[in-house]
Amino acid sequence: MTATAVETAALVRAGERSAVDALEQSLAVIAAREPELHAFNLVLADEARAAAAAIDTRVAAGEDPGVLAGVPIALKDNMCTRGIPTTCSSRILDGWRPPYDATVVRLLADAGAVMVGKTNLDEFAMGSSTENSAFGPTRNPHDPARVPGGSSGGSAAAVASGMVPVSLGSDTGGSIRQPAALCGVVGVKPTYGLVSRYGLVAFASSLDQIGPFAATVADAALVLEAISGHDPADSTSIPEAAPDLLSRLDDGVSGLRVAVISELMAEGIAPDVAARVRAAADALAAAGATVEEVSIPAIAHGIGAYYILAPAEASSNLSRYDGVRFGLRVDAPTTPEMYDLTRTAGFGDEVKRRIMLGTFALSAGYYDAYYGTAQRVRTLIRGEFDAAYERFDLLLSPTSPTTAFPIGEKTDDPMTMYLNDVCTIPTNLAGHPAISVPYGVGDDGMPIGVQVLAPSLGEVTMFRAAAVLEATLLEATS
Amino acid sequence: MSIPEGWETVIGLEVHTELLTNTKMFSAAPNHFGGEPNTNIDPVTLGLPGSLPVLNRKAVELAIRAGLALNCTVQRSIFARKNYFYPDMPKDYQISQFDLPINTEGWLELPGGKIIGIERAHLEEDTGKSTHMGSGGGRIHDAEYSLVDYNRAGVPLLEVVGKPDLRSAEEARQYVSELRSILMAVGASDGKMEEGSLRVDCNVSVRRVGDTEYGTRCEVKNVNSLRSLGRAVDYEAARQVELIENGERIRQETRHWNEDTGRTTTLRSKEEATDYRYFPEPDLVELDPDPAWIEQLRSELPVLPRELRAGLIERLDATPTQAALIVDRGLAGLVTDAFDTGGDASRLLTHAEHDLADERSGALAPAAFARLSAMERDGALTATQAKTVLADMVASGADPESIAATHGFEAMESNELESIVDRLIGEHPDDWAKFQAGENKVMGFFVGQVMKATGGNADGKAVSALLNAKRS
Repeated sequence: MTATAVETAALVRAGERSAVDALEQSLAVIAAREPELHAFNLVLADEARAAAAAIDTRVAAGEDPGVLAGVPIALKDNMCTRGIPTTCSSRILDGWRPPYDATVVRLLADAGAVMVGKTNLDEFAMGSSTENSAFGPTRNPHDPARVPGGSSGGSAAAVASGMVPVSLGSDTGGSIRQPAALCGVVGVKPTYGLVSRYGLVAFASSLDQIGPFAATVADAALVLEAISGHDPADSTSIPEAAPDLLSRLDDGVSGLRVAVISELMAEGIAPDVAARVRAAADALAAAGATVEEVSIPAIAHGIGAYYILAPAEASSNLSRYDGVRFGLRVDAPTTPEMYDLTRTAGFGDEVKRRIMLGTFALSAGYYDAYYGTAQRVRTLIRGEFDAAYERFDLLLSPTSPTTAFPIGEKTDDPMTMYLNDVCTIPTNLAGHPAISVPYGVGDDGMPIGVQVLAPSLGEVTMFRAAAVLEATLLEATS
Repeated sequence: MSIPEGWETVIGLEVHTELLTNTKMFSAAPNHFGGEPNTNIDPVTLGLPGSLPVLNRKAVELAIRAGLALNCTVQRSIFARKNYFYPDMPKDYQISQFDLPINTEGWLELPGGKIIGIERAHLEEDTGKSTHMGSGGGRIHDAEYSLVDYNRAGVPLLEVVGKPDLRSAEEARQYVSELRSILMAVGASDGKMEEGSLRVDCNVSVRRVGDTEYGTRCEVKNVNSLRSLGRAVDYEAARQVELIENGERIRQETRHWNEDTGRTTTLRSKEEATDYRYFPEPDLVELDPDPAWIEQLRSELPVLPRELRAGLIERLDATPTQAALIVDRGLAGLVTDAFDTGGDASRLLTHAEHDLADERSGALAPAAFARLSAMERDGALTATQAKTVLADMVASGADPESIAATHGFEAMESNELESIVDRLIGEHPDDWAKFQAGENKVMGFFVGQVMKATGGNADGKAVSALLNAKRS
């Protein structure tokens, strides 16, 4: 088993394990599993070796390289890395190398982490299975015939297969939590604005948020602490400093008020998944929390609102891929034809579908009926969550309605694919944090994740509950 | 071309001005005119994937100052995306303000006193500049290839949207001139139309005098000077009247002013207009300026052109034309300060109107200008001499006394002047007889002779007075 990030960082900082050694172990697993899984778009072995050696030199010189010293980490390939291709798993960014690092990339480097590569995703983070990648699908480490979830499927599979202890993904409608659940790892969508979006290639700006994948709750906390905090380069970044998660991780849940969301335990949720959520609720109750049920009726409109708002923003965010300044260009006699040919060749079907949906939703005469209504639904959902959080500290639900499905099963049916996000989308619309914690397996033996939801900036309490679930599961299976 | 009798032109102007900030609207890239193409750029300017806008506080401050000077209400506002594809628009959307502009409902007073409504004055970012190469005559459709310079992309703009309250090309010119003065006075703009830092789009329609409904309007673009503005409005109004009188209808469209031909031509019809798909910019938060900050900016507003003109007219007895010209040249402060330090009002105004077109005039010391006018009033300098001294003062910055001494301009004693006049009367008895008989034009002859004899050092008025006194 791969060492955890907490262990590796402690040993490297103490000079008891070299960063190079930790990296070589990571690269060895990548060499063994990558051909089958295709978690990575790009493995940066040489750059990582140089970075790890530099960490070791600093430790030898008596310096402290930071809280993530020598921890190998993988990045979803929609975060800008200076001089290193950043593809979003799209042909349209062919050949583009960003001239700057995303804020999270800089923060990870400052904390001593070693970036081993860029992971596969659904093109521009649009999808729930990582099948919409221009470079082919990523496979689920627990069963390579199945999807890892998406859109951050590469980052989830990289952690689940032990290639790296931790990775970063982005979550617009569940793109961290759903693949975390399907791959059996921890995945966190932080409060909107807690982690800087500067350098994250935008899908839907008002919903996008970067967060960690990890094999353990403590590792997820370690990484989230390192990447959080105010960034003046992101106007939607909140002023709060990074939360203090690790020191509170073992505080338990005694006295916390928890409620299971009834709408997310009903029709459409597989019985084995619902059973694991009930088991999680029982475990929290046994640990001293009070557990009830709560109804948040507006959740029923979440998917509808999301599939207006996210494509609307995406249709605008993706306009810049026009062949003029960077990436792919298909030459044509006139500029408008060049736009057409470039975008036709450069974007995959799902991206085109969402650009068209969003363009339509924003069109004169339709704006209020679609975008306006969706915004009102968003306000409604946020209001109902806020009301629930007046009575409860945390909410509980499944992360995904089912376990991982076979590759190819839903690719011809976008609507069914969209329904995968029913449990995760409301959190993005509300701007709140949520974490998916592995909590056993389903009838098919595939992992099941339980989602713990918290109010804005409720990360500390949320991680305490996640730690309790992690501990009770270990007890149950050991 | 101008509009026929019985018709009225209705004009509403949209004026874009670049704001005088050090950096761009949403990034730290420099904001300055000129420079090698694509040097004032950064990831945000180029709209690179992952880059995000951060609002420039100085741009907001200048927009508020301009809004307050235009008597607008400053309000909570939001930014919106205006979506359209064009190579000089890096993100293929422009960050602008739509539903909620920062400034709303103001007004501006023309020099003659007419009030023109301001609908809104909102913030937005400028585009880059495209140059279309090849045989197509500079149009993108026929270009072989195009070059884009993104130095201007992201420069902060204030768009001032005026109400359709203007009724003639002359009023339109006055409006732009007044708006320009106000924007310059508050430090928002350098007002340089020739560099494109002030740009005007005009909406023109016509109607029969007495009609209360507006006619169908056309928007005229590419108006790059006050002169073009007048010409374009007159041409467009006449074109529309001719169409209507021929029984045709005006189509709502955007038209292009061609400076060389003096005509407007169709750019695109209303049906071809882009659907901009405006929606709130999710990368920025709402802009809700602190009321205390707004009040502070209000208290720091300079004296505005309208008040400067009123001051010149009321205190120095300036004519409206003089007042407008002096304020327009930015000389109101100089003239008023010179007056307050003992200058002669009428001579200060005359010089400011006629002799201070030089750009360096603003640097004149008010006290020195005041002393010059006093020397002239007291007869120590003639009007002609004063003009010469003033030009030297502007050029060299030296004081009037030393310049006058250098030129040998010395006050002529009146008894010295009288003896010269007496001598000349003696030398020209016939002319003197004609003058005594009432031939006033002979006065000029004698004044000229005196000037000749004194090398121009005599005061013309004093000579005339002396001659008249001797005749009676």
